[in-house]
Parts: sequence; structure tokens; C-alpha cells
Amino acid sequence: MKAQRKARMLIVAMVLIGVSISAVLTLLSLNENINLFYSPSQVYAGEIPPDTSIRIGGMVVKGSVDRDSDSLKVKFDLTDTAKVVTVVYTGILPDLFREGQGIVVSGKMKENQFHADQVLAKHDETYMAPEISESIKAAHGQQSIESGYEQ
Amino acid sequence: MTSQYTKSKDRLPRRTRNSWVWFHRFGSPSYFYRMASRWGPRTGWCAFILMIIGLYMGLFIAPPDYQMGDSYRIIYIHVPTAWMSLSVYVLMAISAAIGLIWRMKVAFCVSRSCAPIGAAFTFCALITGSLWGKPTWGTYWIWDARLTSELVLFFLFMGYMALDRAILDRKTASQATAVLSLVGLVNIPIIHYSVEWWNTLHQGSTVIRMDGPSIDTRMLVPLLITTVSMNLYFVSVLFYRVRCELLDLERRTQWVKEVIHD
Repeated sequence: MKAQRKARMLIVAMVLIGVSISAVLTLLSLNENINLFYSPSQVYAGEIPPDTSIRIGGMVVKGSVDRDSDSLKVKFDLTDTAKVVTVVYTGILPDLFREGQGIVVSGKMKENQFHADQVLAKHDETYMAPEISESIKAAHGQQSIESGYEQ
Repeated sequence: MTSQYTKSKDRLPRRTRNSWVWFHRFGSPSYFYRMASRWGPRTGWCAFILMIIGLYMGLFIAPPDYQMGDSYRIIYIHVPTAWMSLSVYVLMAISAAIGLIWRMKVAFCVSRSCAPIGAAFTFCALITGSLWGKPTWGTYWIWDARLTSELVLFFLFMGYMALDRAILDRKTASQATAVLSLVGLVNIPIIHYSVEWWNTLHQGSTVIRMDGPSIDTRMLVPLLITTVSMNLYFVSVLFYRVRCELLDLERRTQWVKEVIHD
């Protein structure tokens, strides 16, 4: 009885190990496809096939947001702190969209500009009360602490 | 509910007591039934009281978020249900493994009772996350690694239940679902680490991280209270379900007849 139990325990362990190994191998080979977005550096390195719809993630460069005065058209720069991609988009931006905020855009590269058809804001893992955010801002000499994007 | 018969049957003589007796005692359906009847209502009431305290603190006392304002408050439901969906799955798989290895019927009862509760938690986590995603991200759904792997978890729970009901023989069904739950166990670390291994739209971990929680303490305390409450609620509901399972499983035995006649 005891030997039987040990054998069953071994089978359970083997199932777990086998499944884990196959999962690790599958995920490693799929690695690039599981990532939600490319970084601007990857775009510059030519890793993106031409004329395909892709997503780029990055931080909105401060002072780069240029809104068209009589339409919903907006133009801004997206950076991963190394390279910058200029994005053009027509539509309503999410509430969390602001300069210095991490965002994800989907669309196509055309003539060195990224034509986005969707703009999503990425929220970071920090939860803070407004008055604390204000006091940190004051301490840093009006520097924004809204840095949602890390790479 | 308890009777002289069940009490005397489960009380073991002193000399047989050793470190593993407590484990084997849980294998006795009548002992587990009595324990579950005693603790089911108690944990349920504790969960109810803690949930009211936690939600009151979370919704009225905790400050708004500096970026999201009040919409972040959905975390008081979303985060505990998401955590529960993972831990319920782990419990379901562990008890299934115990059932397989020790041939313990009670363990299989616990395992199959976990499935619908876990599915409900996963469903709540997905729905609340989606409702939060629309105002914050700008979309209800995105196929990133975290959201997709959590959806897979929901399908695993549903698959477990479907397989369990598809096989009429109880023993075969228990063994088949046990294997399924063990295979699906690999998804749990994938869900947890998805936000670290790949880039996703979902943010990284706030509470469980190396450099301490990156959340205001006044926001964290209610979150921990609702999490404890959700755990107690799970235990309570699990015990009610396991009791039904045990009565059905042991319907021809003396102790069940005594329970029903009481």
C-alpha cells in the first residue's frame, strides 16, 4: 500500500514536471508574440515588418503634444528614453492621457510617422493620494512624477 | 447536528496519536462534515462583517487616487477576487492531488466544490477589471498576457466542471478532473508573472513586490481587510458545498442517516 502511494506520488510529480517543461518551451518560443507592444528603439532597429499593424509602447514626451484647433487630430512624440517616434491620431484620447504618461498606440508606420487608430493609457502600479502627489511635485521643483512607463 | 455515534467513532485512542493523525482525521467524512458545519456559519459571519468594514473604509475613508480619482476604488473588489481566483485554483489542484495519492474521497469533494466558486471569483475579477479598463486605459478588453492568462483560468474552471459532469462514474470523474487540474496548475505562475515576463497593458504588482507596496497605507488597509473577508467567504461557501457533497457521497451510511434524523 505504501509503495503504491509512493508510485502515485511519483506520477503526479512527473505530470507536473512534464507540463512545466513543455509550458516553458512553448512560452520561450512564443516570447516575441506574447509581448503586447514594441518599443520605439525596436522600430528604429528595423524589427518591424513594413505595412503591418503593430503596437508601440512608450512615454509621451513632455511639451510634444500638438492638438489641432478645429478637429480631433493630435500629434505627439513617444519615447522609450532612447528613441522617439512621432504619432498622429484622430479621435478621443483616454482620461489618463497626458505628457509624461506611459501609453500604448496601435496602427501603422507611414513615412516616418506612426498613424495610430487606437491610443490606450497604461496605468502604473503606484496608488497615491492627491495631496501627497502635490507635495512630492513641490519637493522636486514642479517636476512631474507621473512616470508610468518603465522599460 | 452531531451525535454520540459520530463523536465516538472519530475520537482516536491516545497511543495512536502522532503528527499525521490530524491529516488522516480530515479524511473521515463524518469528522469533516461536523467540522464544516461548525465553521461554515462562523467564517461566513466574519466575512460579512469584515466586508462591510473594508468596503466602508475603502469607499468613504480612503483618499482618491492622484491620477484616477475615485475610479480606482474598484480594486477593493477586483484585487481580492483576482487573488482568490488563483488561490482557489491552487487549493483545488492540491486537494485533487491528495485525492489521487491517498485515495481520499473527502479531498475529491473539496476539489470539486472549489471549481464553481473559483469560476465565480475569476468571472468577477474579469468583469470588474474590464469595467475599470474602459475609463482608465480606454478599452474594455485587450489580449495582453495578464488578461489572456486570467481568461484561460476561467476556461480551466469551466472545463473542470464540464468534465466532472460528463463522466457519470464518480471515481473516474474525480480522477479525470484531478489530472486536468494538475495540468492547469502551470497557468498559475504564468498569470502571476505575466506582467514581469512580457510587456503588457496591465500594470505590475502593487502589493507583492520586493521594495514594499507602492500604495498609500490608507488605501492598502481596506484592501487587506476585503482580502481577508474574501478568504473567509470562500471558506464558508466551500464548507457548505463540501457538506452537500459528503451527504450525497455517504448517503447510505449510518452517520448520514443520523444527521438527517436529527
